[in-house]
Amino acid sequence: MIGVLQFPGSCDERDALLACERVGDARLIWHEETDLEGLDAIVVPGGFSYGDYLRAGAIARFSPVMEAVAEFADRGGPVLGICNGFQVLCEAGMLPGALLPNEALRFVCRQIEVEVLNAATVATAACEPGERLSIPVKHMSGRWFAPPQLLAELEASERIVFRYAAGQNPNGSVGDVAGMANERGNVVGLMPHPEHAVDPLTGSDDGLALFRSLARTPVSA
Amino acid sequence: MKARVLIRPKEGILDPQGKAVERALPALGFEGVSHVRIGRMVELEADNGADLEALCEKLLANTLIEDYEIERG
Repeated sequence: MIGVLQFPGSCDERDALLACERVGDARLIWHEETDLEGLDAIVVPGGFSYGDYLRAGAIARFSPVMEAVAEFADRGGPVLGICNGFQVLCEAGMLPGALLPNEALRFVCRQIEVEVLNAATVATAACEPGERLSIPVKHMSGRWFAPPQLLAELEASERIVFRYAAGQNPNGSVGDVAGMANERGNVVGLMPHPEHAVDPLTGSDDGLALFRSLARTPVSA
Repeated sequence: MKARVLIRPKEGILDPQGKAVERALPALGFEGVSHVRIGRMVELEADNGADLEALCEKLLANTLIEDYEIERG
């Protein structure tokens, strides 16, 4: 069973739920729930939790459910944060770096190619290293930032999981970083939206690979 | 006690809002203005014992990308 979190202001939780249901059972988890018993994986979906007030993700990280998510991750449970979910995980300190407003100050919404650099995480186990996925991006604050030394450390330890294909960086992220993992590889976050690319009808089903990966991760949690 | 917290992007971090404002100024006839940086200002009332530093570190600022300053009284 995959749990998809829902904060006030989330708006991609239904698509995330549908994507999860293509690979197994899934249910929505309201942000006030604190019992995550029986879940095999958690998706922190996109949207505008708490209206993005203060900073994107800054307030959602204090939602009651987030403490349980942190414990779930500490036990090795797979967690995937998408867009606003990625921002929430960065604000919560579960992933490194921070997300800033796009360099061009425009909301970007387009199909994009993303390269899988590390296929040994809970969200990429069903991908090939170097595989390119066609997935949409849609965000206002997607410019991932880390100081140069931190970026170098993350690159050296293969924690940069997704990179925008050459020339396609939509937001000015340092190192063309599109997504990353924690040290253990069981918490992954990315700005592009794999849940919007799960059916050829909408142009690509490349995003399914991430949900397949999540569903097949052996859980020790 | 009234307090104000000023939060701004750290030195060296690109601030596209500031840049956009800076570029708009000459068109409006304002010359000689540069290095515009845009942040946030939070006004609050706090009991004397309130730990405003902790409040800033935990919530109001993200210290990886922002500096903050507390003005009391």
